[in-house]
Amino acid sequence: MTDGPLVLGIETSCDETGVGIVRGHTLLADTVASSVEEHARFGGVVPEVASRAHLEAMVPTIERAVETAGISLHDIDAVAVTSGPGLAGALLVGVASAKALALGLGKPIYGVNHLAAHVAVDQLEHGPLPEPCLAMLVSGGHSSLLEVHDVTVGVEPMGATIDDAAGEAFDKVARLLGLPFPGGPHIDRVARSGNSVAIDFPRGLSNRRDLERHRFDFSFSGLKTAVARWVEAQQRAGITIDVADVAASFQESVCDVLTRKAVDAASSRGIEDILIGGGVAANSRLRAMAEERASAAGIRVRVPRPGLCTDNGAMVAALGAELVARGRTPSLLDLPADSSQPITTVVA
Amino acid sequence: MLLALDTATPLVSVALHDGERVVVEHSSEQPMKHGEHLAPLIARAMEDAGIVRQDLTSIAVGVGPGPFTGLRVGIVTARTLGFVLEIPVYGVCSLDAVALEVVGTSTTPGSFLVATDARRKEVYLASYDADGRRLEGPVVTRPAEVATDAPVAGAGPVLYPEHFPHPIAPVRPSAGWLASGVIGELVELVDPEPLYLRRPDAVAGAPRKPVS
Repeated sequence: MTDGPLVLGIETSCDETGVGIVRGHTLLADTVASSVEEHARFGGVVPEVASRAHLEAMVPTIERAVETAGISLHDIDAVAVTSGPGLAGALLVGVASAKALALGLGKPIYGVNHLAAHVAVDQLEHGPLPEPCLAMLVSGGHSSLLEVHDVTVGVEPMGATIDDAAGEAFDKVARLLGLPFPGGPHIDRVARSGNSVAIDFPRGLSNRRDLERHRFDFSFSGLKTAVARWVEAQQRAGITIDVADVAASFQESVCDVLTRKAVDAASSRGIEDILIGGGVAANSRLRAMAEERASAAGIRVRVPRPGLCTDNGAMVAALGAELVARGRTPSLLDLPADSSQPITTVVA
Repeated sequence: MLLALDTATPLVSVALHDGERVVVEHSSEQPMKHGEHLAPLIARAMEDAGIVRQDLTSIAVGVGPGPFTGLRVGIVTARTLGFVLEIPVYGVCSLDAVALEVVGTSTTPGSFLVATDARRKEVYLASYDADGRRLEGPVVTRPAEVATDAPVAGAGPVLYPEHFPHPIAPVRPSAGWLASGVIGELVELVDPEPLYLRRPDAVAGAPRKPVS
């Protein structure tokens, strides 16, 4: 496919410096420089370390993306950039660079919502988004259920975590089990040889009373504490912990709640398609369980490949291309980076 | 046409220099708004000078020292513009831009210092001879440790008059003077890398506390 707007997207909301280039729904380049290893020894992302890394990686990453795409930068139709939500100082590096690109190329700029970009990216893999669809975004910073009619106009939040994000729970439990940061991939790997029903960890906001007020919300803080208590009790009793069983049982609890609520949310609105995005969407158990439960409810599931689920520039470019294609108004050059940009604001 | 910009202080300053003189200079002073103001100021400066982006032949950017977030806005803007327009980008110590203005506008005889706000009750400091050549610095330090009766430019004397009782103008670095310094070969050109002078605040994670 050679039609559709040619858009370059920049993503710097956390620790990945991402630059993607798409034409319509076709991915031409997805270049990511990550500072994750610099954060590992701190057990989490350090904002100033991330911001410094973004500055160093920004122009080389743009350069590599342009080379990979085999285009001339001057042929692009627009620049898109994550303007929020995310780490303020990190966002600002990408936003300032995107403005300089727009200024230097004489092209429009779209400051876009990070979460909406996580939804739009699936178009690169599975074509136009079903309208409406139920998007479940699960990452180290977010856990949300969103009703999406037109991703370029706005999305309606149905529920979100009231404490930790799902990915955060993975990181914290991984640390407790002596697994490296970021925890998600390691827990997924270790859990494969574990028994997921070995330990009956709690399911957050799932009892009848909680469901009245928080039907589509999540809570993972209690689960994290329950895992910690269980591990400490075993240690006190001098029992060697079966890391695989703990990982599998913890993962089962997270995936159980996420998939149950996602299917419930879609069913409640008569929505027939669930889209899963964000770093935790790379989790193999989550993908399998979502597939199984949704199909039992007559709902289709779309999950982009893992490389497109984690933060990247392609998702920003994908949303940018859709905004251009649908003739949405670009942002102004005084576009701010907004660390708490609401999900209802797709273009800042 | 040289584009010069500085974002190392609360002032966002942009100037265009045609090789003979500064043809336009714009600035805005609103703390924490560098990211919002810089690009529109550049656009307005080019418009006012009646030039298009292809007329730019080089870029000079103040590399600090200064508060990190604002500093990065200027440097990433300069680097990205330089990349797109395929023109060279030079870095200049932002304190040197202040020193150039001191020498160019005042009759202050002899050597002087430049001190700017480093927050956390500290200043960024450098010393200069009567011709505006940097002798020492830049460093980040507590004002009390470098208290002096010598003339001091920059925001330092405004914030800490008890330690810097002899203030001289200017208070902020100006992109116009920065541009003139580059064109007149009066300042040292460095890579467009930020002068952070401080390491990131981060400590390796403490051992986890038991919950039970």
